[in-house]
Amino acid sequence: MPTKDKIKIKKDAHVWRVGYFLAYRQIKRASLWTTFLIIAVMTLTFLNLVVVNGVLVGLIESSVQAQRERGTGDVVITKLLQKTQIENSQDILNVLRGLPEVKALSYKYIGSGNLNADYRRKLRQDETPNKVGASIVGIDPLQENTITRISDYVIEGGYLLPSDTDGVLIGANLLYKYTPIETSGFQTLKNVEIGQKLELTVGDRSKEVIVRGFIKSKVDENDFRVFMIESEARKLIGRTNMNVDEISIKLAEGSTEEDAIRLKQILLNNGFDIGARIQTYVEAQPKFLQDISNTFALLGNLIGSIGIAVASITIFIVIFVNAITRKKFIGILKGIGISPKAIEISYIIQSIFYAVSGSVIGLAILYGFLVPYIDANPINFPFSDGILYAPLTGTMIRVTVLLITTVIAGYIPARMIVKKNTLDAILGR
Amino acid sequence: MKPDLNENIIVTKEVRKQFTDGDKVTEVLKGINLEIKRGEFVAIMGRSGAGKSTLMYQVSLLDHVTSGQIYVDGFNVTDMPEDDRVAFRLKELGYVFQDYALLPDLTARENVAVPLIMQGIEIADAYVIADQTLTKVGLGHRVNNLPSKLSGGEQQRVSIARAIAHKPKILFADEPTANLDTESSAMILKIFQELNKEGQTIVMVTHEDEYGDATDRVIFLKDGQISKDR
Repeated sequence: MPTKDKIKIKKDAHVWRVGYFLAYRQIKRASLWTTFLIIAVMTLTFLNLVVVNGVLVGLIESSVQAQRERGTGDVVITKLLQKTQIENSQDILNVLRGLPEVKALSYKYIGSGNLNADYRRKLRQDETPNKVGASIVGIDPLQENTITRISDYVIEGGYLLPSDTDGVLIGANLLYKYTPIETSGFQTLKNVEIGQKLELTVGDRSKEVIVRGFIKSKVDENDFRVFMIESEARKLIGRTNMNVDEISIKLAEGSTEEDAIRLKQILLNNGFDIGARIQTYVEAQPKFLQDISNTFALLGNLIGSIGIAVASITIFIVIFVNAITRKKFIGILKGIGISPKAIEISYIIQSIFYAVSGSVIGLAILYGFLVPYIDANPINFPFSDGILYAPLTGTMIRVTVLLITTVIAGYIPARMIVKKNTLDAILGR
Repeated sequence: MKPDLNENIIVTKEVRKQFTDGDKVTEVLKGINLEIKRGEFVAIMGRSGAGKSTLMYQVSLLDHVTSGQIYVDGFNVTDMPEDDRVAFRLKELGYVFQDYALLPDLTARENVAVPLIMQGIEIADAYVIADQTLTKVGLGHRVNNLPSKLSGGEQQRVSIARAIAHKPKILFADEPTANLDTESSAMILKIFQELNKEGQTIVMVTHEDEYGDATDRVIFLKDGQISKDR
């Protein structure tokens, strides 16, 4: 029998073009409100994915930034654990002052002491004194301010003057007024006002000081300390040489962790690590901050995943309803010879359109409004000024995840409908 | 006798079609042997349930026979894989459905152009062919209208334009005038006659006796068998 067994038709050669052709027209002629609502869902999903995570991580990230800006600087040199001071401090300071990458530095004298508000009054036997233990820190007020700008964080009273031999600045965490916690393990000073006289004691040396101001920088290194001018602190601590206890170094604006590592390496090459501990701002971060940051990132991703699931289900439903109501037309398309792949692609393109539109609008809202707004108006948390932490790389990864999930969510229902028997679809069976 | 696959564009041999619903088996086509020549205009007629649409679905590759053989344009299409069937329908066949079956999101021009684009024709060229074909069926002035803006008769003419734009070997029409008024029906029939004069093979299912007179040949089906062929 002279039959032709093989047909020579190039199949699926133009599936993408037809898929796009159908998708474009379906989107173009779809109900404006439906399109708007789907894109709104995708935009909100995107924001949920990025903003929730960004705010959670931002709480910690702002703490890390604050630690760097108001505490350690870019590189911090502290005394070794077994030492009482940084050895050869002046050599280190001299080298640092000669390095072009060092934009500013400050040094501190630190001792442990206590601050007593009841030193003038005779206490009853059953009475505990209004007294708190604290780190007593001697600073050059002007120099310190170039690094940590702590004068910006004086919440009451004023900043120290270089000639103020009697004045002290007290960190808010030492004051009941600002940290209303009272347990046996955590004492705070009560009823202390600006201008009040207190007794400052380090070891067997005491000095009457006057409260000049209170500071609250949301950095523990500042808020648990009592600041006074360096010359008075040296006397009180009993430091007979010029060795200091802490050196904070600031690099040029916009310096990265790599720049800090480079400076650290220079100091190591000079052998300064023999008498001091040299750390970049990252190394100096309290470990708990990193732990919380990781936990918050995990939480953010968890919440974001729920958002992704909601978006996927939304897209699934939208495409499914769209495809099921067009089952007959899908059957007709197959009937007149349109490749099932082209039909599936048309639905995938629609999904991509919704995901991309939602993401683009979300990106515009994120970087055009939310990030700058929250940067300018940080969220006021007790331990940090919350920012919206949304680095572009992380955001683009989330966009990609959203896109892939949406494509899958669009493809599955389209495939389900397209797979149905052509004749049944045409006849509405 | 062996079927002549050169002269006959459609040949069926002992085609049977059964539908199963639980334990109940209904045989709708009971051994159909049929030969349709190239260029013929054939009407398949019969009462409701006679099996005329089912027969058309088998020979037009929209459905699979239970048993028997079908040859279309020389190809044994009986067991052709689904992907090949889709491609075959695209290139070799054209369809006109009772309810027009136009895509609601596409204009008349776009509806006609889709199968052409699928065949690899550039969109601009496909639009030119679509416009020419729509003009041929008297709709040159309505190319940019969506189906919802066209009357039933106009929609059916768009459907015909879509079915013939790629110059198929066979045009299948399933009750093409069933939803139309007399005037529109006459116009559709006239278009079919003109196409047939140009050499187009047409297989039309209809239950309206008067339309049988306009065709070269009428095949009557009764209870799943050919009862008359004139």
